[in-house]
Amino acid sequence: MVTDLGGWGVLIAVVGGAIRVSTPYLYVSLGETLTEKSGRVNLGLEGTLVMGAMSAYAVAYLTGSPWLGVLVAGCAGAGLGLLHAAVCNLPRVNDVAVGIALFLLGTGLAFSLGKPFIQPVAPRLPSVALGAWSAYPQIRAALEINALFVAGVVLAALMRWALAHTRWGLIVRTVGDNEDAARALGRSVDLVRTLSTAVGGFLAGLGGSFLSLYYPGTWNEALSSGQGLMAIALVIFARWNPVRCFWVSLLFGGATALGPALQSVGFTSNYYLYGAAPYVLTLVLLVWSSSPTRVLAGAPSELSISR
Amino acid sequence: MASWKSWAETATISAAALLATLALFGGFVALRGLRPLDVYAALFTGAFGSWFAIEETLTQSAPLMLTALCTALPARAGLLVIGGEGALVVGGLATVLAGVLLVDAPAPLAVIAMGAAGALAGGAWIGAAGALRHRRGVNETISTLLLNYIAIAVMNHLVTGPIRDYAQVLKPASWSIAEGFRIGDIPGTGIHWGLAVGVAAALLAYGLMRHTTFGFAVDILGGNVRAARMAGLPIGRMILTTCFMGGAAAGLAGTIEVAAVHGFASSSLAVGYGYTGILAAFLARQHPLAVAVVAILLGGISASGGLLQRRFGLPDAATLVLRGLLFVAVLAASTLYGRGRVFRRAA
Repeated sequence: MVTDLGGWGVLIAVVGGAIRVSTPYLYVSLGETLTEKSGRVNLGLEGTLVMGAMSAYAVAYLTGSPWLGVLVAGCAGAGLGLLHAAVCNLPRVNDVAVGIALFLLGTGLAFSLGKPFIQPVAPRLPSVALGAWSAYPQIRAALEINALFVAGVVLAALMRWALAHTRWGLIVRTVGDNEDAARALGRSVDLVRTLSTAVGGFLAGLGGSFLSLYYPGTWNEALSSGQGLMAIALVIFARWNPVRCFWVSLLFGGATALGPALQSVGFTSNYYLYGAAPYVLTLVLLVWSSSPTRVLAGAPSELSISR
Repeated sequence: MASWKSWAETATISAAALLATLALFGGFVALRGLRPLDVYAALFTGAFGSWFAIEETLTQSAPLMLTALCTALPARAGLLVIGGEGALVVGGLATVLAGVLLVDAPAPLAVIAMGAAGALAGGAWIGAAGALRHRRGVNETISTLLLNYIAIAVMNHLVTGPIRDYAQVLKPASWSIAEGFRIGDIPGTGIHWGLAVGVAAALLAYGLMRHTTFGFAVDILGGNVRAARMAGLPIGRMILTTCFMGGAAAGLAGTIEVAAVHGFASSSLAVGYGYTGILAAFLARQHPLAVAVVAILLGGISASGGLLQRRFGLPDAATLVLRGLLFVAVLAASTLYGRGRVFRRAA
């Protein structure tokens, strides 16, 4: 069997990596899209992601059921989202600052509660081998698809449709675009934002469970290195569009997978610099998609960061 | 910064937030089967209970004062910068490079050059985020947070390759600066001179913000962008200057960590001083003098982490939980301003 694919090997590894690594980006960015569409920023989703990863791993280890872990991760995320919403519902509290606080709190909680679970091995989520037809182990490895990824893709399409065409979507967008109009319609702005932030946190928690239960599939304190944060930045680049979130997540997944892919074929010298690729890419895309004069298309106008 | 009544209001609300935090943290440790009162006592002992503890607290507080200014100074112009961690790291790297390049220079000159290099590097780092904000409208909160990760990646790259000292075996570290270039302790104490640098920076920032036209203009910009534009203030220059000064302060913290603590750059630079500095800035309500006081309090929390770990087996991240709770409580309490009738000024 041929195992040395040279440059193609890197490409396949990057594509496979993109599919594998993109899932947490996808969930966090979908959650953040929903929250921001309602007019609030939750910058704490990095903490939510880590908290979700820890709780999923702990529950999967203690009960033996990874899917129960996924559910608990979502609930933990929703809890952090509710906390964010509750503090932000108070008058004159800065939502961006609350996000930073929850980033620190979520990380701290996950690290201190998760200390006992660094050693044990929890059951992992199963995957579907879509690449079984291929003789190349690289292609087979690249096409090991996890159910959470598929669910995320469906969710992206569903959210796009729901935001554009349903009553609930309209309410969320109204609250995010014009508080006064929403109030005039008799909607509670705080309630809609609270629910949107809680659901956003739930999704980010699911993204975290993917990290600890599938890829990389372990729990430690270096598990997430800013993926939650980059996902928030990519929402801006995706112009608050769930389907575009999916494509950008794939791009980010590929950028993240570049370092390990090059390392696997012997390029080990600048490992850490390749590790910086996703952050640099995020910054470049952010610079590219921002504008000093006009408001970005699709940006909810009640959003504090788009003003 | 006006009357004693507004001081009293700030002090009361901050104390309430602190008490609420301690109550919540008490609940957190009680869940682990510990008695909250024992933990509070250990927190105090570890932070202020002995001369040794106080020395450790003040040593920890030095970089915090500087990284807090990195958030507090741009905040006065209405920006939310959270890049202290990255500015500290690039400041530390620049310090090492300056120290190694100037190996033959006389010590006082070299130390000044190292400080200048650290401040310049940190200032340029955050100044770049300020420029992106002004020229391109890039959100400064997200860009500075990304710059943190980029700075750490650059440092990891440099200390594992180009400037690695292979004699360091414990973990990858850069070349060391000459022994004569190290900043020593304040005579008669175990506290290094970094504390004096931190306090001086806070005083300087206070003087600049409170007693100069520039500071007044920055407060107008932070209060109302449109008013600042109508008044014809040079908004871009003010954003750049406050960002540069904030970044320079955090860069100096990197200089101190290298020149007074480690002697080289390694991952020990990125241990969260930048993030705790954000908390310090918010706890001080972005006031440069209050930053110095609050940094000592937060330095105490860091200093007592070891004792909590040894005595109760609490994980080291427990102090992170305490800081996170404090942050949430402080922000939640910010809703209380202007509510207490006692603090209202007589009309």
